[in-house]
Amino acid sequence: MADRCLVVIPALNEEASVAQVVKEVREAITDAHIVVVDDGSDDRTGEVARSAGADVISLPFNIGVGGALRAGFRFAQRFGYPTVVQVDGDGQHDPSEVARLLDALEDADIVIGARFAGSGDYAVRGARKLAIKLLARSLSRRTGVQLTDTTSGFRAFNLHAVEVFARDYPAEYLGDTVEALLIASKAQLRVTQVPVHMRPRSGGAPSHQRVKSAVYLGRVVLALALSPLRR
Amino acid sequence: MSARVLEIAGAVISVSIMFELLRRRQLKEKYAVLWLFVGIAMLVFAAWPRLLDYSADALGIKSGPNLLLFVASLVLVVVCVHLSWEVSRLEDKSRALAEEVGLLRLEVEVGRTPKVD
Repeated sequence: MADRCLVVIPALNEEASVAQVVKEVREAITDAHIVVVDDGSDDRTGEVARSAGADVISLPFNIGVGGALRAGFRFAQRFGYPTVVQVDGDGQHDPSEVARLLDALEDADIVIGARFAGSGDYAVRGARKLAIKLLARSLSRRTGVQLTDTTSGFRAFNLHAVEVFARDYPAEYLGDTVEALLIASKAQLRVTQVPVHMRPRSGGAPSHQRVKSAVYLGRVVLALALSPLRR
Repeated sequence: MSARVLEIAGAVISVSIMFELLRRRQLKEKYAVLWLFVGIAMLVFAAWPRLLDYSADALGIKSGPNLLLFVASLVLVVVCVHLSWEVSRLEDKSRALAEEVGLLRLEVEVGRTPKVD
């Protein structure tokens, strides 16, 4: 178990894609322990993941990505995993790139697999693009590292980060990715990013539609305004 | 006169509801005390309406009803904020519980220790 890596896959209603993600992760990192956190799905996400060979943490009701992740971090801490990789259950992240994240973990506590960093051609537009840019700029300033994609859910964490996040991982929407970085910088964790490419979703419905992007932008601004004031 | 009877009746009813809820342990003491206090104040002001005018006068407020409205809305705002705060805390706690339940369920399913080798 010494340097086994724990892959945490938070999944909400991803029965169409989660089995494929589990399979690909296992192919990419053969000795990884895969845990799918079923965040109170209405569909058969948990069953599908279990029969694909993953361990499944079934949350009794939906508590959001942040809570799902913290459950993963607590699992890692309880069973002594030195590294945790977070991969989304929708198939947008290419598990073959996990190895690159893990490499970068050599000199960082948190590695973000970043879109818009030169690799791949994933693009967003409108308010969402603006929101992501705004976040990136402000968080780069605060963490002292050039970050282009602060909302990416493709990340790797080492023991230090796991310890910090098992204790305190933000639950609120957007909080989970953005505020986590602020907590990280307060705990003096070193953050870095690695460019990755994104694939189109292999199933399920995206968690934010384009019509909602204005609301999204508003919440980003609010999250940014509040985050430095928090504790 | 009838208005006064109505006011007193209202105050008595709300005090007794609070008292009954408290007696049946349906309401936590910390909340009940506040409402009991509000109910008693209502009763006092319903019984001696002129007390309201005197207090308004003493505080330099033109009319009794103004004072009543101001104090009532202040109390309601404070209570609402307090309840939001309580709900946030409860949400945090239930989230932590949900995480723990998920972890424990996995441990039970897999038989003590999940595939940690």
